[in-house]
Amino acid sequence: MFVPFLYELRDRGVKVGAQEALSLAQALGLGLHRGTLDGFYEVARALCVHREQDLDAFDRAFAHHFRGVPDDALALTDELLQWLEQPAGKRQLTELERQLLERIDLVEARERLRRRLAEQRERHDRGNRWVGTAGTSPHGSGGIHPTGIKVGESPGGRGALEVAAERRFRDFRSDVTLDTRQIEVALRRLRAFVREGALDELDVEATIDKTARNGGELEITMRPPRRSNLRVLLLLDVGGSMDPHAHVCERLFSAASRATHFKELRTYYFHNCIYGRVYESAALMRGIPVLQLLQDCDPSWRLIVAGDALMSPWELQSSGSRWSFGEDSGAPGIAWLAHLAQHFLHSAWLNPEPAVAWYGTAEVIRRVFPMYRLTQDGLLEAVQHLMRGGGRH
Amino acid sequence: MEFRRFRGTDKYLTSSALESAVNCALALERPLLVRGEPGTGKTQLAEAIASALGLRLIHWPVKSTTRAQDGLYVYDTVQRLYDSRFGDGDVKDIRRYIKHGPLGQSFASRDRVVLLIDEIDKADLEFPNDLLHELDRMRFVVTETGDEVIARERPVVVITSNAEKELPDAFLRRCVFHFIEFPERDLMARIVRVHHPDLDQKLLDQTLQAFYSLRDVDGLRKRPSTSELIDWIAVLRRAGIASVELEAGMPFLGALLKREQDLLVFAEAASRGRRPRA
Ligand SMILES: Nc1ncnc2c1ncn2[C@@H]1O[C@H](COP(=O)(O)OP(=O)(O)OP(=O)(O)O)[C@@H](O)[C@H]1O
Ligand SMILES: [Mg+2]
Repeated sequence: MFVPFLYELRDRGVKVGAQEALSLAQALGLGLHRGTLDGFYEVARALCVHREQDLDAFDRAFAHHFRGVPDDALALTDELLQWLEQPAGKRQLTELERQLLERIDLVEARERLRRRLAEQRERHDRGNRWVGTAGTSPHGSGGIHPTGIKVGESPGGRGALEVAAERRFRDFRSDVTLDTRQIEVALRRLRAFVREGALDELDVEATIDKTARNGGELEITMRPPRRSNLRVLLLLDVGGSMDPHAHVCERLFSAASRATHFKELRTYYFHNCIYGRVYESAALMRGIPVLQLLQDCDPSWRLIVAGDALMSPWELQSSGSRWSFGEDSGAPGIAWLAHLAQHFLHSAWLNPEPAVAWYGTAEVIRRVFPMYRLTQDGLLEAVQHLMRGGGRH
Repeated sequence: MEFRRFRGTDKYLTSSALESAVNCALALERPLLVRGEPGTGKTQLAEAIASALGLRLIHWPVKSTTRAQDGLYVYDTVQRLYDSRFGDGDVKDIRRYIKHGPLGQSFASRDRVVLLIDEIDKADLEFPNDLLHELDRMRFVVTETGDEVIARERPVVVITSNAEKELPDAFLRRCVFHFIEFPERDLMARIVRVHHPDLDQKLLDQTLQAFYSLRDVDGLRKRPSTSELIDWIAVLRRAGIASVELEAGMPFLGALLKREQDLLVFAEAASRGRRPRA
């Protein structure tokens, strides 16, 4: 009943592990859930979810799992504690967690829970006993039925199941779309600072150090200021099949142009695939030869391509005739793409289509560029990849 | 294990879920991370916890330049250098130049305190991770003197962050998490009552109506929040205005929309007569 719920959370992408299970066991052992399903919902959510993007998955798992379950609060807790006692449960714990676990003494925790429930049965009508404190019970007058989980008893009138089923956190999901702000947040991780340029900042630490070594004779030390050192090249596909994704690309563009932490950003457009030229405008005007671009942008630039990687195979593959790099030389798209990927130490392809649609030409391009989904999660992964030391996938 | 339960205060209203999260953090002695839109009461929550539990609050407002080390202590080398040349104090006693930061103070305090690390997302991305070690161990060493500062009473740590920022995973997993949802109308009415106990019911209804409709206008860069509503009502009352309606010339609109651009967006929406959803 209970442990499967944790697995269900995992299946839905909420990364709960032994640490969360353990905290939950402790909290339930202390009676923080007030012996109610509503309380359990609140406590489990506070301990298992760590970011608002996962709240919706939690709600769905909860609604799915506990619908129509008139179960027993004690059994719920018992089951978790037992699971943790079992070798199978323990095997998944880290050393630190195991030590912690030894400290909380499960037998004692369970015993205390039993006592509390027994006491509550006696004081049913007063209901003012709280384990470990002299405080009053949260839902005072009602008291808590010792064995039943009360559904829908929260003061606001709505039970946890209804609350969960409302799915109020849907908009925070990270696997759907992206707004400009989320893109900005992700791009903020794409940064690198170096000290370079004129010596025009006082280095206090070094000044003091040198002065001390000098026996108190002041020796001023200067250093260059810390500056952003990251340059980004953004190539956007405006091919016909990208029309449904135009708004996401627009947001990507506007977020990138607003970012203040890039030393330089250049954006160009292409249609379906890149051959020979990319363009300064989305209407494919003012072309610039790719070879010139590669001369302007050294390999330390971060290359981000956004496109669905869908085109007819002949756009990508060689016509069979002989070709060489150069404008209008007839080199196939895939050769241009590979050329770009090889030039830059760090590059990533962002694809607005779901991964299941990455077949055909997308499958080929994936072998050339590391491909990520154009979602919040995907973008973060891409940024992580672009920041990885050494470079080249 | 002894702990006092938190149930809000008469000045600070809570939901049952928020209380549960606070109580989990108190009972399990873990930091509480509160996220939510601006103005949803994140900062005030720490004050409410402190006042409900009768503990002192130590406020650490984080800025873009804040480093984790600043929270522990700073070694005022410049003062020491200055003293060595012009001053009179005992320059040999380095301890005189070690100043505890908010985290250091909360460890060194004799009594349990509430430590508020406010707007943690403002600092460098590495900042939260840098804090982890000390928050876990609740002790640190002052390298210059070899002194170890050990928390006698674990402080109650409350951390706030705006919804829009990402925080590192390792950090997130350490915290009890709560997302303060934007208050629904009923709760908002009660929050307003806390700040304006004798507000006329009709004006309350009208301002709430206007406020929530305004939040629904498309294209606003900064939607008005609780604090703006509270301030707006204060100005309306001071000006003796007894009735309002959402329209282009609504009185003291500037108290709700602070950006010029948003005022334009609203003016346009109002003039098109495209009334926002109620
Ligand atoms: N639950 C509440 N009960 C009473 N007052 C509240 C509540 N929530 C918000 N307020 C009021 O709203 C105002 C804003 O609260 P606060 O400054 O704590 O918000 P915040 O979330 O920290 O905002 P920011 O992100 O801008 O720092 C305060 O005046 C506070 O009193
Ligand atoms: Mg605040």
